[in-house]
Amino acid sequence: MTRSSLSSSFTVTVNGEPQLLDLDNRTTLLDALREHLDLTGAKKGCDHGQCGACTVLLDGRRVNSCLVLAVAAQGRSVTTIEGLGTADRLHPVQQAFIDHDGLQCGYCTPGQICSAVSALDEVDRGWPSAATADVGAEKITLDDSEIRERMSGNLCRCGAYVNILAAINAVAQ
Amino acid sequence: MREFGYQQVSDVETAVATLATSADARYLGGGTNLVDLMKLGVETPELLIDVTNLPLTDITETADGGVLIGAAVRNSDLAANPVIRQRYPAVAQAVLAGASGQLRNLATTGGNLMQRTRCSYFTDVSKPCNKRVPGSGCPARDGEHHNLAILGASEHCIATSPSDLAVALVALDAVVHVREGDSARAVPLTEFRRLPGDRPDLETTVEPGALITGVSLPGLPIAAASRYRKVRERASYAFAIASIAAAVEVSGGLVADCRIAWGAVAAVPWRATRAEAMLRGKPVAIESFAAAADAELLAAEPLEHNAYKVALIRNVTVELLAELTGVSR
Amino acid sequence: MTSTLDPATTRTPLMGQGINRIDAIAKVTGEARYSGEYPLDGMIYGWVVQAPIAKGRISDIRPATTLSMPGVLAVLDYRNAPRLSDAGDGELLLLQGDRVYYRGEAVAVVLAQSLEQARAGADALDVSYLAESHDVLFRADHPDMYTPELVNPNFPSASNVGDVDAALAAAEVVIDQVYATPAEHNNPMEPHATTAHWDGDTLLVFDSNQGASSVQMSLCRLFDLPRSAVQVKSEHVGGGFGAKGSARPPVVLASMAARLLGRPVRVTLTRQQMFAMVGYRTPTIQQVRLGSDRSGRLQALDHLAYSQTSKILEFAEQTAVLSRMMYATPNLRTAHRLLPLDVPTPRWMRAPGEAPGSFALESAMDELAQACNVDPVELRIRNEPDLEPDSGRPFSSRNLVACLREGARRFGWDDRDRRPAIRQDGRWLMGSGMASSTYPARNAPSTCQVQARSDGTFEVRITASDIGTGARTALTQIAADALQVELDRVELRIGDSDFGPAMIAGGSMGTASWSWAVVKACRDLLGQLDAHSGAVPAGGLLARADTKDDVAAQADVTRHAFGAQFVEVAVDIRTGEVRVPRMIGVFAAGHIVNARTARSQLIGGMIMGLGMALLEESLMDLRFGDYLNHDLAGYHVASNADVRSIEVSWIDEQDDQTNPSGIKGIGEIGIVGTAAAIANAVWHATGRRQRTLPIRPDRVIS
Repeated sequence: MTRSSLSSSFTVTVNGEPQLLDLDNRTTLLDALREHLDLTGAKKGCDHGQCGACTVLLDGRRVNSCLVLAVAAQGRSVTTIEGLGTADRLHPVQQAFIDHDGLQCGYCTPGQICSAVSALDEVDRGWPSAATADVGAEKITLDDSEIRERMSGNLCRCGAYVNILAAINAVAQ
Repeated sequence: MREFGYQQVSDVETAVATLATSADARYLGGGTNLVDLMKLGVETPELLIDVTNLPLTDITETADGGVLIGAAVRNSDLAANPVIRQRYPAVAQAVLAGASGQLRNLATTGGNLMQRTRCSYFTDVSKPCNKRVPGSGCPARDGEHHNLAILGASEHCIATSPSDLAVALVALDAVVHVREGDSARAVPLTEFRRLPGDRPDLETTVEPGALITGVSLPGLPIAAASRYRKVRERASYAFAIASIAAAVEVSGGLVADCRIAWGAVAAVPWRATRAEAMLRGKPVAIESFAAAADAELLAAEPLEHNAYKVALIRNVTVELLAELTGVSR
Repeated sequence: MTSTLDPATTRTPLMGQGINRIDAIAKVTGEARYSGEYPLDGMIYGWVVQAPIAKGRISDIRPATTLSMPGVLAVLDYRNAPRLSDAGDGELLLLQGDRVYYRGEAVAVVLAQSLEQARAGADALDVSYLAESHDVLFRADHPDMYTPELVNPNFPSASNVGDVDAALAAAEVVIDQVYATPAEHNNPMEPHATTAHWDGDTLLVFDSNQGASSVQMSLCRLFDLPRSAVQVKSEHVGGGFGAKGSARPPVVLASMAARLLGRPVRVTLTRQQMFAMVGYRTPTIQQVRLGSDRSGRLQALDHLAYSQTSKILEFAEQTAVLSRMMYATPNLRTAHRLLPLDVPTPRWMRAPGEAPGSFALESAMDELAQACNVDPVELRIRNEPDLEPDSGRPFSSRNLVACLREGARRFGWDDRDRRPAIRQDGRWLMGSGMASSTYPARNAPSTCQVQARSDGTFEVRITASDIGTGARTALTQIAADALQVELDRVELRIGDSDFGPAMIAGGSMGTASWSWAVVKACRDLLGQLDAHSGAVPAGGLLARADTKDDVAAQADVTRHAFGAQFVEVAVDIRTGEVRVPRMIGVFAAGHIVNARTARSQLIGGMIMGLGMALLEESLMDLRFGDYLNHDLAGYHVASNADVRSIEVSWIDEQDDQTNPSGIKGIGEIGIVGTAAAIANAVWHATGRRQRTLPIRPDRVIS
């Protein structure tokens, strides 16, 4: 193994902008965002896919960016919380989290919001969940237990779950 | 984490050939287990071969009325597939019972079958573990093992397989398709993973460097009414402490045919063949279900802190079989 | 010149309103920066190396391999680390010698250009140890168990009123049970992180903590620096729950490393490292003995609590202290015993003392209600004291009974059939349970500065910390009310030790203590403005307040918040699964400043209580001496799916003896009693008492 083969140059599209990166192969997508692109909205709560704080959208789907090697995301498109909405143009899910106080310390919040955006999209696509009584059914009825189950990959130690549920319900209406 | 090279491949032949060039290479699928273990120092490859771009991302119907699931099919796509949901509901349910939406968007079918144990001694390189360092010992036997194996374990290792998907697949007669060197081979899932014995470091029966290309499920009418039930400590986003995939065909009040597999009780997804044999031809009744579970559990060797799993898996088996056959408890 | 005040305007007080969090937009957009997110020029990454033995010595450190690795600049260990002075916390005297006091203790920090290089260097660091036999087994009959002089924060260890033994011997009904709670880890979502930078002999740290001035004071003592030479900033903090209540290892390690290198250094703990290095809740074993007449009127209460500490710092959880003030009884005894082990030091975790203590006391009360065949709510009302039972002091206000009655009404408790194990819904056995909640309402001295600016706005500066409590919003409301202006004319700045000494966000004392200083400074400023006829001079006006004397002058009454929690559970005794479909909490906690954030915080406490009841447990491996399940897959905190309906409300309570704003604090009371309410409901569902937490499947399956 030569030293040069231990790092890679590649392009990832982040929030619509192509980013040329030259990174140690060990760099995760999460660390690439936080340490190299100064996009610190995606958080590192566990670094092992056990909390969901690092959730971003990869080609439109929610993923734990701490378990994606940046080099393996080459050529793909990443949307982070910063790309979802800004202070003067909030995404409806961001607005709903404010309206329903779906956050306390805020550390899990960007991941919760990215996850919620993607979860609602999954429902639209008719994807079932562990809360779906009949996985064979074509259409999903989005009730509270569906939302709770679909959001369970995002831990919140402050316990904002009740309000997160309310926020997502409000957007889903 | 050790430094490593990274390579993308676009065909199976290149993947297998590239792996053979290195003494310590791994195939990288979704990374949800491998990257996790690399951070912990449990896995230390010098080369990762990214196999997610291989043309193994389809779920296709086969001539025998079954399906072939490409190894690179993401868990979420597998669970969302209409054919899987209608003909093999236990498979969709098992996938959805595992991990989280984010992880299922990454994890692949092949990777799921290669998932390694979550035993807390295995995942901590500062402690001994026969699976990680053969001969170093198994602290779990006399230590924390409340969620470790009650079946098929050995004095060298009591790890469990954490996979949900594999439990449903093994119940429904899945076959694993692998590429070993230049040849392709089909291995029944019941024979794909190994029990620990005296070599817990060896986890599969295929050659080192083999690549899973897909998993097939046969046309199996009984599977259309299959179901997966998982018990875990947290209501979601947790590994099973016991799980079961089952399907039952009833004729004239008797069990004409059945499929039963258990999860979180052994190092392999545990096909409960003794229970199945016991149940076939028996009346559809709680007593039959309990007797079937007991027949399988004759081989159980629980330890101090996981003995509850014997009652648990028995109870959940009776419950699911009763549910599938409409028997009230 | 702007006229700042318009006395003719009648404004609606902002206090009590549920206005949105002031920092909500920053948090939902990802703009809010936490302490590990400040990119400083030339910054170096530090990775902590932990001891793999529970007791012994470092015999050698050979850094050559690590130093030869790409990007590695240095290895900080006890041989090259700056010498530290004792700041009263043995956990902070890091890298000062070759002794290892617990497994997971920091023995080195590898410093490298990138995170990946630092981690790889740490993995490769060659350290050898001479291990000695260790003892990490917590048990009540350990010969080293002793009676501490004081328990946290400074209560006498023991109390005794009357003759408990005689009263128990004479009592018509006696409950005598042992309850156990496990070690639990705080696990705030944001791992501890510090970015440290020295400019000559001046230290600046961005640190994740619950109180920047407390951390500043520790750094001053450790590094022998004057206050003016140390600045601690903690603008946004991703939760703490006690784990960030004082300086913890990362801030010391980062500061030492930055000193060594002469460059900014960031040290962030991994989730796994947090299980050894930043504190946890001690396991407890508690014996509770209650004696009563047949109607349930207490004659005696005896609460003995055992807990553990480390060999380098005494932390004595005040587990039995709540029994001194909760219920009326002529004979009352409490005692604490403490066992030093070769373990990391347990520290504060949300409602230290009250959280585990209430599990024992409120479970025992339920057992007494059962034994006397009295409704559990009625039992508590029958034992309501007029004065604090232990001290005879008056309560500043005590509305437990009102909470019990209101909670029972909201829950529909009066229709409850008291008999256990008779309700079934499918595979679920159904039950309901309740418990009382309480937490002290204290104040600590704080300072504050308020500046009137010539544009008609005000800047309030206080070293408060918003760890998710909503303090930033609440204090802005309080300041606006005190200044009699609208919210948008007040800019509140927090999380900076340069703003002066202040209480930490802890002990449910943060907002209460800070509010006092804010109100005092604002009133002073109003006085100055009056002197200027309401006009701000060109240079602005500044008021400073320090509440030290005010707090010291408080009347000798006892101050507590109260609450009542009611829960419904569903239990599958075949699988051991327990679900909590419904929780109701009613609290009496003084003046609620922000209805929205208060509700969130109380619900959050109850959810952590649900986790405590059913999920949370740190598993000690006796041979290795560490907490084995040291990640968020092994240590289960409640997920979204674990939480169903939770309703929180409060009763109006005016208490003018707490502080000028009548605040009691609500950060901890939500978790107090929850676990007992759930355990009591599990008994009601199944007929089996759960005296050991958590109520795991293996403890439920029959």
